[in-house]
Amino acid sequence: MKFHLKVWRQKTCKAPGKLEEYVAENIPAEASFLEMLDIVNSQLTGKNIEPIQFDSDCREGICGTCSLTINGIPHGKGRGTTCQLYMRNFKDGETITIEPFRADAFPVQRDLVTNRSAFDRVIQAGGYISERCGSAPDANAVPISKVIADQAMDAAACIGCGACAAACPNSSAMLFVSAKVTHLGLLPQGKPEKSRRVLNMVHQMDEEGFGNCSNYYACEAVCPAGVPASFIGRMNREFTAASVKEMVGMSV
Amino acid sequence: MITSSSSSVRTGPCPAHLWIFSSIGKKTIVALTGIALILFVIGHLLGNFSIYLGPDAMNLYAEKLHDLGPILWVIRLGLIAVVVLHIYFTMLLWKENRTARPQKYIASDPIKTTVFARTMRLSGLIVLAFVIFHLAHFTVRVVDPSFQEMHTLLDGRRVHDVYAMVIKGFSSAPVVIVYVVGLFLLTFHLSHGIASLFQTFGITNSRIRRNYECAARVLAWALFAGYVSIPIAVLVFGLGKGVGQ
Ligand code: HEM
Ligand code: SF4
Ligand code: FES
Repeated sequence: MKFHLKVWRQKTCKAPGKLEEYVAENIPAEASFLEMLDIVNSQLTGKNIEPIQFDSDCREGICGTCSLTINGIPHGKGRGTTCQLYMRNFKDGETITIEPFRADAFPVQRDLVTNRSAFDRVIQAGGYISERCGSAPDANAVPISKVIADQAMDAAACIGCGACAAACPNSSAMLFVSAKVTHLGLLPQGKPEKSRRVLNMVHQMDEEGFGNCSNYYACEAVCPAGVPASFIGRMNREFTAASVKEMVGMSV
Repeated sequence: MITSSSSSVRTGPCPAHLWIFSSIGKKTIVALTGIALILFVIGHLLGNFSIYLGPDAMNLYAEKLHDLGPILWVIRLGLIAVVVLHIYFTMLLWKENRTARPQKYIASDPIKTTVFARTMRLSGLIVLAFVIFHLAHFTVRVVDPSFQEMHTLLDGRRVHDVYAMVIKGFSSAPVVIVYVVGLFLLTFHLSHGIASLFQTFGITNSRIRRNYECAARVLAWALFAGYVSIPIAVLVFGLGKGVGQ
């Protein structure tokens, strides 16, 4: 297959960038999007052009490292990560525009590589449970209803890729943060710290410079893990409840 | 001496301030003020329907409102405060949202966002302009100063003839167009706004969201039909023509 690529090239995080055009030739239909870029890069190297820099790690859709906004959609069309997107889903001869994930909180490092450590700092602010060390408790000693377990599992599916913030016109990270808050807050292990967690994580999210949610639901449409936007509603409720607790002087 | 660990006590800025100016706090204030405005819009429409009951009914309704005296002013100032808060916080959100996405996509895609949601600011600001025109038209009565001179007798009392004023006001096609356009944008605003409230307050799940969206559009269009029926009835169907002249 053959494709006309328009790729965002940017030398450093400060340097201005622009779209460069390349032709991707002899691409097998079964190549993943990242493999297509690998092929293009080896052709570019042959022509003494700097290869296109992009992020990837597991290449099996579970780590959340790959990014790329393809024709304006983070991870491209369809549910799934960029590493799980196959060239057979494109038309032969199609023009494909590839840009980095866009958010002030995700600065571009080079070409298509963004620094998404803002998410790590949001996690550090409360995306954990405080558990004493020692032998693990008996798995069946803490009953969890199926409904709650399922909901927590839906939230825990988040792989922290950042596509939600990249898709949101406001670069809001609410879907990611709500997935973490919901996953930990629903389960008995995370419940004791749920008020403090939601306060700290939301304040950190704001501090990182992510935008505010306007209930657009673009996040939900691109999330490769299928995290539903109703978790954002849940987090809104929990955050306000925790804030009220704090306002009236209760310890959170 | 052993002091208790401070980890259980959060210190720092005032919690109320933290909430109000957090992303979620600002959204919640927009939604709360939005509810107040929706209730007003519904109430105002019900009041306006008195026009269909004839001149006396409408003038009596208007007179009852004016007789509230100081309470009317409390309601008016409350409404102004609500509008100011609504706009202040939406503009704050807008400013932050623009900074959060300094570089737009060159190949951009609306990705499931609705046109109603994407035009909230535009529709809101046009509604604001319309509200100002509407107040100048029928409340301050400066658009057509002759409205100030219109009086009638109601149970022997000399009162302002609101009915005649509205009939005269809506007899002009350009004015009716302004009203229809203003109300159409309010409908746009509410098509997203009413459903959005439930998400902001967290009274939602993935299934019921579709119902909220559907109900919001039905309510928004019902309000449109209700409001627009009056100028159309006057201009097109001649409501009130020949009454009291
Ligand atoms: C009759 C007048 C109005 C009513 C009934 C109304 C109602 C609402 C409602 C219900 C919402 C949804 C809140 C949420 O996100 O949960 C909303 C949002 C919004 N309103 Fe209004 N509004 C009115 C006037 C205005 C005006 C004059 C502006 C002018 C700027 C405005 C700007 C906005 C914006 C920008 C949002 C979206 C906030 C966001 O991004 O989350 N509204 N409005
Ligand atoms: S919520 Fe979905 S889109 Fe957002 S970071 Fe998690 S997996 Fe990625
Ligand atoms: S590279 Fe790990 S999810 Fe795509």
